[in-house]
Amino acid sequence: MEKTKKKSGNSALTARRVFSYIILAILTVLCLFSFYILIVNATRAHSQISKGFSALPGSYALRNFQNLMSDANLPVFRGLLNSLIVAGCSAALSVYFSALTAYAIHCYDFKGKNIAFTFILMIMTVPTQVTALGFINLMDKFHMMDTFWPLIIPSVAAPAVFFFMKQYMDSALPIEIVEAARIDGSNEFGTFNKIVLPIMKPAFAVQAIFTFVTSWNNYFTPALILKKNNLKTLPILIAQLRSADFLKFDMGKVYMMILLSILPVVIVYLCLSKYIIQGVALGSVKG
Amino acid sequence: MKKKLLSVLLSTAMVASLLVGCGDKAEEPAPAEPETEAPAEDEEPADDEVEAPAEDESADAEDESASEWTADLSADTGSVLNIYCWNEEFKSRVTDHYPGYTDNGDGTGAIGDVKVNWVIVPSDDMAYQNNLDETLLKQADAAADDKIDMFLIEADYALKYVNAEGVCISMADLGLTDYMADQYQYTKDVVTDANGNVNGTSWQGCPGLYIYRRSVAKEVFGTDDPTEVQTHFSDWDKFAASAQELADAGWKVVSGYDDAYRVFSQNVSTPWVVDGKIVIDDNIMNWVEQTKDFTDKGFNNKTSLWSDDWAKGASSSGDVFGYFGPAWFIDFTLAGYTMDDADGEAAVGNGTWGDWAAIEGPQGYFWGGTWVCAAQGSDNQGLVADIMYQLTCNPDVMKEIVTADNDFCNNQPLMEEMAASGVTNAFLGGENVLEKFCAGVTSISLENSSIYDQGMTEQFQGAMKDYFDGNVDLDTALENFYTNVETRYPELTH
Amino acid sequence: MTKKKSCVSYTKWGYVFLLPFFLVYTIFNLIPLVQTFYYSFFENYRSGLTTIGPNFVGFSNFVNIVSKFNLLKFAGNTFIMWVIGFIPQIIISLLLAAWFTDLNLKLKGQRFFKTVIYLPNLIMASAFSMLFFTIFADGGPVNEILMGVGILDTPFRFFSSVGGTRGLVGLMNFLMWFGNTTILLMAGMMGIDPSLFEAAEVDGAKPMQIFRFITMPLLKPILVYVVITSLIGGIQMFDVPQILTAGDGSPNGSTKTLIMFLNEHLFSKNYGMAGALSVILFIITAILSICVYYALTKQND
Repeated sequence: MEKTKKKSGNSALTARRVFSYIILAILTVLCLFSFYILIVNATRAHSQISKGFSALPGSYALRNFQNLMSDANLPVFRGLLNSLIVAGCSAALSVYFSALTAYAIHCYDFKGKNIAFTFILMIMTVPTQVTALGFINLMDKFHMMDTFWPLIIPSVAAPAVFFFMKQYMDSALPIEIVEAARIDGSNEFGTFNKIVLPIMKPAFAVQAIFTFVTSWNNYFTPALILKKNNLKTLPILIAQLRSADFLKFDMGKVYMMILLSILPVVIVYLCLSKYIIQGVALGSVKG
Repeated sequence: MKKKLLSVLLSTAMVASLLVGCGDKAEEPAPAEPETEAPAEDEEPADDEVEAPAEDESADAEDESASEWTADLSADTGSVLNIYCWNEEFKSRVTDHYPGYTDNGDGTGAIGDVKVNWVIVPSDDMAYQNNLDETLLKQADAAADDKIDMFLIEADYALKYVNAEGVCISMADLGLTDYMADQYQYTKDVVTDANGNVNGTSWQGCPGLYIYRRSVAKEVFGTDDPTEVQTHFSDWDKFAASAQELADAGWKVVSGYDDAYRVFSQNVSTPWVVDGKIVIDDNIMNWVEQTKDFTDKGFNNKTSLWSDDWAKGASSSGDVFGYFGPAWFIDFTLAGYTMDDADGEAAVGNGTWGDWAAIEGPQGYFWGGTWVCAAQGSDNQGLVADIMYQLTCNPDVMKEIVTADNDFCNNQPLMEEMAASGVTNAFLGGENVLEKFCAGVTSISLENSSIYDQGMTEQFQGAMKDYFDGNVDLDTALENFYTNVETRYPELTH
Repeated sequence: MTKKKSCVSYTKWGYVFLLPFFLVYTIFNLIPLVQTFYYSFFENYRSGLTTIGPNFVGFSNFVNIVSKFNLLKFAGNTFIMWVIGFIPQIIISLLLAAWFTDLNLKLKGQRFFKTVIYLPNLIMASAFSMLFFTIFADGGPVNEILMGVGILDTPFRFFSSVGGTRGLVGLMNFLMWFGNTTILLMAGMMGIDPSLFEAAEVDGAKPMQIFRFITMPLLKPILVYVVITSLIGGIQMFDVPQILTAGDGSPNGSTKTLIMFLNEHLFSKNYGMAGALSVILFIITAILSICVYYALTKQND
């Protein structure tokens, strides 16, 4: 009886399996087709692209790349560099100070601790655009407009990263370790840097990636702050591309530019996908 | 989509000038060029001593002996000349034609001891104007080396700067008025403020024409000669009738919705805003009717200005009969669209290159142009005045510009002389197009411009696009227009 | 005893370590927030080169933003585009999460699929949008393929049709976020006690029944969390429609979102309107956040 049950169970199972593979295949195509077209077109010359769609890549990649690099209106190389600087610094600051703040809440007992914790939770969902108006006025008064500071310093206060760190500490950092270090004569700050940080490495890695990517992709705030051409980050350049109709004369350049903006993140992702996906799952489990 | 007409086109000039290679320079039929010296060149009113009034650190009385212009740099104190623009066009004019300019090779230049700093902010998304506004507002507190000395503006928003208090130095104060006598009147009207002061100057004239495909004209109308083709398009009724004939033969009379807009918008009888209320002139509504009619009858390709599809109509696989445009459009923009092989030679046989000609069309109009203004508070007014003189008033320099860059320059006697000398344009199949420009340019009138023109044009075209596409009816489109425009200019009502 | 002592003497370090966070937050977030609220009560905009205001106008900015500036239309746009993206997102994510966590189904290549579906989340939204703009253009690859295959006779003008443009925005939002939602839901499902599933199977329950009566109810808190955080994210929709329509919101202003409206007024220096909108957005997100908070704390019960 069990055997027959399993048998009919099996065919139903197979049917479900086939169905799921079909859906997954469709989704894979949906996700990837635009990138496929991107890669193919970035390797073709404008005249080829205007003639029509082709499933095979061309041989114009280097030429398009060179054209793009020498375009004075689109300082792509600088843009890449700027994005890298802003994103890198944001990630570093965000991760370090969130861990520090989480450590404070985790290992210390003081008046107002719960209030602080609740406060940080509350501000997690406030969108940054809401404070944009006051923010740019303030930056203007501080004479920090058109610099990278307004994009980097605020990442010190990152509630979502803090929450992730706190959760990780709850499971990975027993207070005993800290106390042992104290007995050994380490001062508080030293304890944090020498003992706690190494334990937090996996959490750091995951959150560093996420913060980096978020900052790399950020468009709204940098667009408001950065005006000088040689300070612009990649998303701003892409927006410029969109409204600069004349650039449509060379679609090869356009596709190459899009490819360059996406490629770094994609490469990092493909190398580290396992950890990234794990990180998402980790951060989502609440309580 | 923001249509930054002029900026786009001027930047296109840069890109396309690479494509066009050596360019289709005006071909000289005969080597001898009548060099007209004295009359075109200098001014006669030697009597008037134009006194430069007391601006903060301004120049004193310019040396006005007879008709010779001399630069007076005695009151200049600045060591850096800051010029604000949105592309490289003016920079290349100055680099190539201003006597005494040396290129430092790093993007800046030098004139004598003064370093020339080009601040180029592209005009997409209003970035150029926003930056310019901020800097102008901070002019008084700016360090001497950071003060704006010159800035460029376009016709659509010229009045915003020209009418603003304390922003521009008038041409009279710089001593240039008499030297501008040979300029086309409309170029001065564009930058005249409410008190009648001319606050800017331009080296370009941009009268517009209608450029059509010769071979198609031959096929449909039996002739490709411009004079005869003009009879088929001499007024809007004939234009519409010819459009029908073209459609029957499978050709579109215009490429998209906004092609003819300028022709209508410049022949209006009231400005966009009267006493804070938005007024839509009847002629603008004529454009709306005509375009809707044309769209429904299939006389256009439903494209928007400057889009890829709009441009494709001129290529060998395109089906567009004609485009509206001025001089810079013909040589630097349209020529690029017509070539099949973008890297190939700009010659007959490369796509539809050379298969075009230009006629006056139903009405005269102008399109675009760049004006140069001097910023109040500049510490190099003498130098600014000299640059302005050389590039916008000196016929010799302007003639160079016409020959080398194919601009239509802002000097009536000079252009008429060059037209009469029989230069032909190879892209236009050997037509003497300068004649037509000279004829068209004098009929332009600009009494009805307002400071809101740029926003009005953009929002109106945008709102009407939905109507032409069939997405909304006319009343909704108008409502959208009013809403959008009042969002942009909160002080207006309708 | 010693513990308490060391806690007391080290308390101040707690404050010290908290300091950077709160200092930066106060300066760069709280003060701007207060300023923004302040601005919302003043008429303050640029006309040409002159600034009109700031003049105190009380609540008239809020009134105007709805009546004259069409706020409800943009709120509607934002919500519609969010729904277009979210409904497929939640359905597919539930499906995928169920399949990936189903021990019987044993799908192969899960790692590959997970990598692929999560990829769009990391792509720069502006670049993604620019890409879609070029490939869905009237003369672009997608139209070509559709015509080549015979589905279409003439190109479908995506960007001249309200449904087309909104659909594209929804599609992009879906692609960018369904991977994330799937993994979240997977984590939630894996947190369900497997013994419940086993018991149900022994009782002869079919997969669909297991899903409906065991998985879904236990997932409810996470689902609520997902819905509301997605909604909060949806309110902030900016990059995609902005780049897709070059800030226009065409056709017919149907793809202009709330943040695009805010961006427009920040750039044109109309601080009165920008402030009013910021306040409204803040209130909406605050209400939604409270809902999330209750959803989560209910789960803990």
